[in-house]
Amino acid sequence: MASPALIAETTTRSRSAPVTTPKRPGQRARERRRNLWIYAFLMPTFVLYGMYTLYPIVASYWYSLVEWNGFSSEQRFVGLENYEAVLADPLFWSSVRITLVFMLIVAPLRVFGAFFLAILLNSPKLPFTSFFRTAYFLPVVTTTAIVGVVMRFIFDPASGPTAAVFGFLGLGPVDLLGSSETALATAGVVYVWKFFGITLIYWLAALQTIPRDLYEAARIDGAGALGLFRHITLPMLIPFLLIITVLTIEDCFHAFDLMQTMTAGGPFFSTEIIEIYIYRWAFAASIPQLGFASAAAVLFGVIVLLVVIAQVWATVISRRMRSAQGKAGAA
Amino acid sequence: MRRKLPWWILTAALAVLAFVWVFPFIWMVSASLKTSGEIFAGGLGLIPEALQWENYSRAWEDGNFKVYLLNTVIVTVATTVIVVVRCALSGYVLGRYRFPGSRIILGILVATLFVPTGYTIIPIVKLSLELGLLDQLGGMILALGGAANVASILIYAGYFRGMPAELEEAAIVDGAGFLRVFTQIMLPLSMPVTATVGILTFLFTWNALFLPLVFSFSNPALRTVSVGMQAFVGENSTDWPGMAAAGVISLLPVVVLFAFMQRYFVEGIAGAVKA
Repeated sequence: MASPALIAETTTRSRSAPVTTPKRPGQRARERRRNLWIYAFLMPTFVLYGMYTLYPIVASYWYSLVEWNGFSSEQRFVGLENYEAVLADPLFWSSVRITLVFMLIVAPLRVFGAFFLAILLNSPKLPFTSFFRTAYFLPVVTTTAIVGVVMRFIFDPASGPTAAVFGFLGLGPVDLLGSSETALATAGVVYVWKFFGITLIYWLAALQTIPRDLYEAARIDGAGALGLFRHITLPMLIPFLLIITVLTIEDCFHAFDLMQTMTAGGPFFSTEIIEIYIYRWAFAASIPQLGFASAAAVLFGVIVLLVVIAQVWATVISRRMRSAQGKAGAA
Repeated sequence: MRRKLPWWILTAALAVLAFVWVFPFIWMVSASLKTSGEIFAGGLGLIPEALQWENYSRAWEDGNFKVYLLNTVIVTVATTVIVVVRCALSGYVLGRYRFPGSRIILGILVATLFVPTGYTIIPIVKLSLELGLLDQLGGMILALGGAANVASILIYAGYFRGMPAELEEAAIVDGAGFLRVFTQIMLPLSMPVTATVGILTFLFTWNALFLPLVFSFSNPALRTVSVGMQAFVGENSTDWPGMAAAGVISLLPVVVLFAFMQRYFVEGIAGAVKA
């Protein structure tokens, strides 16, 4: 839940933080004591983050270079063989494609769908807004894995409610999650439904940052509802569009919980995102291939990194353009 | 002339959409009170012929959901405490002080902001196995509380950095030490962030599947509700009403919590995006 704005802000220091001043003798001892406190405060993060985030990142590289088929058995160094094997596996490429296609389906639906709903729910004229917000937010708080299982049930071609709807429409039995043509799209719809509320809250938060007097002033100048939207709401929300898109896309890489419980990657691997591919080779196979799975994991990390870099780069560019515009406007 | 949108049409449309939105939950509750035959007869009917409460006792006792629920509560509460404490501590010093290595630490944290679980899971399991933590709730808690959470640190750091310097200068003049400044001034003032980080971590941990699934492979007694639900469906593939009851049991605590803390839930997430 962090925004690029946050990242940029955190790496540059503000004036309010204490700044080191020229040192007097007593001060050096005090500073040393202060630094001891600082490192003590960092200790829990050093230990936990080191063990469970930093070490795994480094270790993944090592594991990807060995042949290793279980947590107790021996590891044999094989160089880049695992990478060759992963890159030669059509199912790996299919999982890369599915992960990216999934992202391209669900991210725009979440970002723009939630945008329109947020605009409606933000209107002071609409009644029951808090009820609507609660209803649309409800799937977010519910446990993903349970939603996944319940959805299998809801889309059950024999007895689920969707089957009843299809029957009523005269479309006959359709197995939405069980057919490889429709499974990914159906899973995408469920995923959007499940996490739509978060994006909605992002947009509602963004809408609240627009000062009300801007609207007042424009209304006095004779702007209509559409004019207010085009000339105030939209321009003020553009910076948030980037942040919310980054957050949402990053979210799409964590679809394991829902996908594993709803389709487990099937039918015929048609919903096998990369996380399920890794899981299958590392934990679900009768003879686990941990080196092979690690190589896939490293490649997955590279793909995520590339997507994030591209987005942050786009954010920085657009920010520069905005500040240039601002200067031109002020001059 | 200004055209008025017919608000009642819009309201009705939103209400229909809202009903579709919550329908899966309503349907699950109704299925949990039906017999297998009634569910199988299908349809969109929501009213059971007779309320089958024994579905619940079956899920609770035979389906082991009393154990899974307890595990989930323990894991979620402990993880949330660990994350809040360690992120507040490190966010405070990273946001407020410049010291040898501070920029490097921040840089490393930011670089690992988006590391997916699928990437780190294999070494985490291997490490936990070697430390003898793989068969314990404690191991699961440490892994959930230790992995990632970079965003929480950055949210704390940003908040502490924005506080006026006079606050602690006054306290230092009064003779307060480093620890006192933090515990008696900074920490109480950071309650909004603590609420945000706490709520987000709680939600994330309660929902987690990947780590708890892998950690409870060899020991079913460690299953959380997410994992238990999976196993329940696998082991009793025909017991749909029992499964629906298990689903209701697992969702009820977090939905009730959400109902009571709704404002903070929503504000917490909104706060995180504004930060």
